[in-house]
Amino acid sequence: MIALLVRDLTLAIRAGGGFGLGLAFFLIVVVLVPFGVGPEGEILSAIAPGILWVGALLSCLLSLDRIFALDFEDGSLDLLATAPIPLEAVVAMKAVAHWLTTGLPLTLAAPVLGLLMNLDPAGYSWLVASLALGTPALSMIGAFGAALTVGLKRGGLLLSLLVLPLYVPTLIFGAETVGRGADGMATATPMLMLAGITLATLALLPFAAAAAIRINLR
Amino acid sequence: MELAVSDLACARGGVPVLEGVNFTLAGGEALLLRGPNGIGKTTLLRTLAGLQPALAGSVSVPPEAMAYAAHADGLKATLSVAENLRFWARIFGTSGIDAALEGFNLVELADRQAHNLSAGQKRRLGLARLLVTGRPIWVLDEPTVSLDLASVALFGDAVRRHLDGGGAALIATHIDLGFTARELDVTAFRAAPRRLDAFDEAFA
Repeated sequence: MIALLVRDLTLAIRAGGGFGLGLAFFLIVVVLVPFGVGPEGEILSAIAPGILWVGALLSCLLSLDRIFALDFEDGSLDLLATAPIPLEAVVAMKAVAHWLTTGLPLTLAAPVLGLLMNLDPAGYSWLVASLALGTPALSMIGAFGAALTVGLKRGGLLLSLLVLPLYVPTLIFGAETVGRGADGMATATPMLMLAGITLATLALLPFAAAAAIRINLR
Repeated sequence: MELAVSDLACARGGVPVLEGVNFTLAGGEALLLRGPNGIGKTTLLRTLAGLQPALAGSVSVPPEAMAYAAHADGLKATLSVAENLRFWARIFGTSGIDAALEGFNLVELADRQAHNLSAGQKRRLGLARLLVTGRPIWVLDEPTVSLDLASVALFGDAVRRHLDGGGAALIATHIDLGFTARELDVTAFRAAPRRLDAFDEAFA
């Protein structure tokens, strides 16, 4: 299992691996929003939690179809399915690799981009905390969506449509955490909901995704 | 370890292609599957390897005993030859890729990235993976595609060594592999064309 994680991370940082794609997209979105909305600090502060979370979510979405499609095309997925490690573990490791190459860099870069959005200083710690807690769910849900569409050529559109509704709860509670944190209100409830969503997806979706892959490989 | 397949039926895309497949394969033995294109050799091999469920029948050996190699080699273009092999060795829990590199004459290419290999070299690397799986039954689908004569001979040697070590090999091929083995023409098991009522169309 560790071998698979190491391989995926190696592939991600080598040429054409797509590492940094999500991060660059996040950067572009957040840099462009103040140009579009205008430089008034108050407006930016008000929309900062939402924009930062939407930007992070879309950045995650961008690299989802790579999770299984590349392995499917070169035959690795067939071989992994016949390998001694369970397919559920393969899915989980793929999601972890996706998070390490997408979710984690987004989380670490978010405070810098919060500055561009004039986020209230009280919100920074909650921004990082909510992204750290919520992006694993985005990667796991994304891996499930990628598993469902793995056999399809150019399945990216279908994948986005399948995954976006599933991302909505994470987005709502994530942005709510940051918004409340920035306003100095209690954040326990949205944080707990976010943690609950992440734990539930991590517990259930590897099995659903593995089942979807088994069907798609037939 | 003997592989016994009895009354196996398998389908592709919701259409049964083979039924009543019966054969046995003992350790140290190879069996060549013959038959025209589209008859269902690949489907049969995928069913045996556990990639798709059988419609009926039984296989005496679980898929965990089989090493499957198909048309696609499962190589990562940006990893070197040695890295590709080492990855599969770790996945299959075996150690040492040297024998596999030597067996398929890849020692000099070990540090080269896979996307710089020729088609035949990639194929050799894909076949070298079989040696690091450590599994007793090889299930091979057209293993000699794009191999030159020397490489086909290397492959033949590797299969012979595997058989001498008590392993077995089930090979779908159209060409002469340079060693004598039993042949099985799967045309005899062709299924009557009909659609399956219970097949889930959504996943066709």
